[in-house]
Amino acid sequence: MSGLNIISELLNAMSGATAPYVSMLAEQVSGQASKLAYEQEKLFAPLDPATFSSQIFWLLLSFGVLLFLLAKVLLPRLGGILEERSNRIADDIDAASRMQKKAELAGKAYEQSLGDARAKAHNVAETTRASVNAELEAEMQTADAETAIQMERAEAKIQKTRAAALANVDDIASETAKAVVEHLYTKKISITTVRKTVKTLGQSARLKTG
Amino acid sequence: MAEKYDPVRQFDLHNMVDIQIGKYDISFTNSSLMMVISVAAICLFLFIGTAKKSLIPGRLQSMVEISYEFVAEMVRSTAGRDGLVFFPFIYALFMFILFANMFGLIPFFFTTTSHIIVTFVLAMMVMLMVLIVGFWKNGFGFLQVFNPTGVPLVLKIFLVTPLEIVSFISRPLSHSIRLWANMLAGHIMLKLFASFIIAMVIGLDGFLKIGAIFPAAMVLALTPLKILVAFLQAYVFAILTSVYLNDALHPGH
Repeated sequence: MSGLNIISELLNAMSGATAPYVSMLAEQVSGQASKLAYEQEKLFAPLDPATFSSQIFWLLLSFGVLLFLLAKVLLPRLGGILEERSNRIADDIDAASRMQKKAELAGKAYEQSLGDARAKAHNVAETTRASVNAELEAEMQTADAETAIQMERAEAKIQKTRAAALANVDDIASETAKAVVEHLYTKKISITTVRKTVKTLGQSARLKTG
Repeated sequence: MAEKYDPVRQFDLHNMVDIQIGKYDISFTNSSLMMVISVAAICLFLFIGTAKKSLIPGRLQSMVEISYEFVAEMVRSTAGRDGLVFFPFIYALFMFILFANMFGLIPFFFTTTSHIIVTFVLAMMVMLMVLIVGFWKNGFGFLQVFNPTGVPLVLKIFLVTPLEIVSFISRPLSHSIRLWANMLAGHIMLKLFASFIIAMVIGLDGFLKIGAIFPAAMVLALTPLKILVAFLQAYVFAILTSVYLNDALHPGH
């Protein structure tokens, strides 16, 4: 920097006596020198304190606006959406669990009523069967009793008829025997004698046949 | 010509509107423009993303919700439930740094976070908030931060407490320089390799121009790395903020 300045001053000093192109050169060199000086004075920009005030001001302003908008408007809005969603999901889960409980209860009630109905049906079948059986039994008994009475009666009738028939057989035999005896001996015989004989004979015959 | 490719010139500020209040220069510069653009982009992103308020989110709404849940989860896990009071602040920090970093990666855009004063102001905001909240919530109990339990007394007096004090005081410095240096170094590297491409294409003869492919490959490799760093630095800044706020809320480790 200082070197270039000296050169330009030297050239300036010479320019009085020399051609105009020398002064032109001098101007150029001095311009270069001042530019270099400017360059050297300028600090590394990210650390330059000259810019601090402006940067601090605009940073605080823009960040303050951002913070305000976020805190007052945008984040509550977004948070509201998220909260609404989580509430909705929680509600839905609640409703679902409630319904599940209801369904479970209904299932239990169904099982219960099914069991009751089954038991009832069993009871009914049982009692019906018992009553039917009892009725059947009673009817059977009355039928049996009737049959027995009728059998007895029939037996008695048969007995009577038989006795009557047997008595008739004795009479016929006595009559026949009397007629045969009278015919053979041409002589009268009392019916009582014949009857006595027939009876004895008949008895012996019956004994034989069994 | 050389000054055009100077990798540091990208950090220069240019006044767009000259404003002077008292002896302070508060001119609207390209840096201010990028801050305003970042803030506007964040607000638009959130505003459009939540415009429909649909129960089943669309693409943009999903992105908005993911950013919300991401930061909320981060705050909840590091600073606890009561740390959620600071959620808007941490969310604003995260989004502001993320957007500023990402916009800075677009060619011809200015990177706000490459100036130390910007990151330092952000770090000081955090520091002040930690101090105010710490003393407001706990009174002098906040000094418990420097008095960790379970350390032998001698060790505590001569080693642990001095270390804690130093680390606490240096927090805003480390907090700001970490972000600033990452953005600055990455941008210088990108610009350097990008200018090599131009220099080689112009300066070399004929067939040799093909050598420019190497700096080009470097730029190609560095760009995704820079995107990662841009996100990561915003994340680190936000999570450290919640860690510091956790200290302020629960000073007794």
